[in-house]
Amino acid sequence: MPPSPCALCKVNRALILRPKDHSKLCKTCFITVFETEIHHTIIANALFHRGEKIAIGASGGKDSTVLASVLKTLNERYDYGLDLILLSIDEGIKGYRDDSLETVKRNAEQYGMELTILGYEELYGWTMDQVVAQVGKKGNCTYCGVFRRQALDRGASRLEVKHVVTGHNADDVAETVLMNLLRGDLPRLSRTTSIITSTPSASANPSSNTNIKRSKPLKYAYEKEIVLYAHHKNLDYFSTECIYSPEAFRGSARALIKNLERVRPSAILDVVRSGEDMAKLVPGSDEGCGGVCSSSVPAAEEEEGGCGSAQGRSSGGEMASVEAQLRQNDAASEHNLETEITTAGGNGSGKQHGRHDSGAAPLSTAGKKGKKGFTPRKANKQVMGRCKKCGYLSSQDVCKACVLLEGLNKARPKNSIEVAYEVQDVSVNSIKDELKKTSIGAD
Amino acid sequence: MQNDEAVPITVEFSGGLEILFSNQKKYSLSLPSQDESGAPANVAFLVRHLCENVMKDPRKELFILDGTVRPGILVLINEADWELEGEDQYEVQKGDHIMFVSTLHGG
Repeated sequence: MPPSPCALCKVNRALILRPKDHSKLCKTCFITVFETEIHHTIIANALFHRGEKIAIGASGGKDSTVLASVLKTLNERYDYGLDLILLSIDEGIKGYRDDSLETVKRNAEQYGMELTILGYEELYGWTMDQVVAQVGKKGNCTYCGVFRRQALDRGASRLEVKHVVTGHNADDVAETVLMNLLRGDLPRLSRTTSIITSTPSASANPSSNTNIKRSKPLKYAYEKEIVLYAHHKNLDYFSTECIYSPEAFRGSARALIKNLERVRPSAILDVVRSGEDMAKLVPGSDEGCGGVCSSSVPAAEEEEGGCGSAQGRSSGGEMASVEAQLRQNDAASEHNLETEITTAGGNGSGKQHGRHDSGAAPLSTAGKKGKKGFTPRKANKQVMGRCKKCGYLSSQDVCKACVLLEGLNKARPKNSIEVAYEVQDVSVNSIKDELKKTSIGAD
Repeated sequence: MQNDEAVPITVEFSGGLEILFSNQKKYSLSLPSQDESGAPANVAFLVRHLCENVMKDPRKELFILDGTVRPGILVLINEADWELEGEDQYEVQKGDHIMFVSTLHGG
């Protein structure tokens, strides 16, 4: 095959075949186009405002490394006026996270960004190594995922940052859309397709650690292009699978996504867009109200399953919430979804409905006014309160992290005979005592 | 096409794929110039060759699936996406640099 020239500059040899539109680009043009598209995503969704301090959730992996690099570039090129810092969570996994954190430290120097590392041990009294020693390898991703989401918020709060960006890419979102479809989890489908999720701005305590905005600037970026961008820009990233979820992609929704991409590369963005469209039909969702009520869509701590790369596998804790979700889904389909579908034909697109909540009565998809006895809000699990133990935003009396911690701490004494645990037992027991006190106080 | 000479090439693994290849990122190889049927060596043959002769890890399915490179692994032939070069039908040339990059590993 003769080398093809770049479709843009017509000069250089094309090295990249873009999955979204099959265009052939040279290295330089690809890098520019990739950055420009993320700039458009940022502008079109008004992700940032001038002077905002942004924490980049940095793992040292390809996605967050590319995110940090691109945001630094765009911040300078388009003068966003952002104060960018790196926030890393140390799960306490020897031979994995300690190595990847070295990468983040190098990135901090390379990009001239301040870096904060916050450990599970410091936050929860447990490293993931200890959690796995306790619960085994099965289901440990649930702990890790629940802990990490809170940890990012808590870290941001310590740094007095109101906005955390994460490196979730189009493949991640497409995978989540498929997973939530397969689970029939409509509320979560709606939440995870949003580019911005934010905790209620009307939070009782404005300095509370739950009032943190989250966004995913790489939401429309293909994983393939992220890897190519990192490769062609010689970015320094870490790429070893977590030792506790090896080969997480096997037989998962992730594998399905990758197979779809092989057959038809545009499928990934198609799934993302379909997910967004379906989200509009979910009662009480961000999308459902045409984005008007976006500031009130809480990013609950239970946003996603396990860890980003391990979502495809079922994680142990999932079943706990299934029943509640089923109830919500029933409510959703009864009160809204079906109505929406049947009336949509006569009334045009769902987006328009969102704007006219005074229109056809059944179209309470808009969610806010809720003319019927039950508001769609009720169908959604987003009735947010505070965890009685730690004060973290939660739809339950006690947040997921505290429930998991309680389980861990209860089981811990059984192991206290083991020499290896002696040292830690001191701190763990004191935490346990504290938890006990709190729970008594709360009751 | 009749010669039995080997084709000298470099092969590189990254993005976590090196784990399957004894944690060695770069290999200088001499690839037989013809495949099993006597046709000029192409990337499909290279992949089989790597699997049989270079890869010591038994988890072949993490590299090859259904007879070709597993979806999610990018192949760059002299820095260019292999889809621009005819994918696994590309005939390997002397001095080629062929890179396999996994996109499947998280961070």
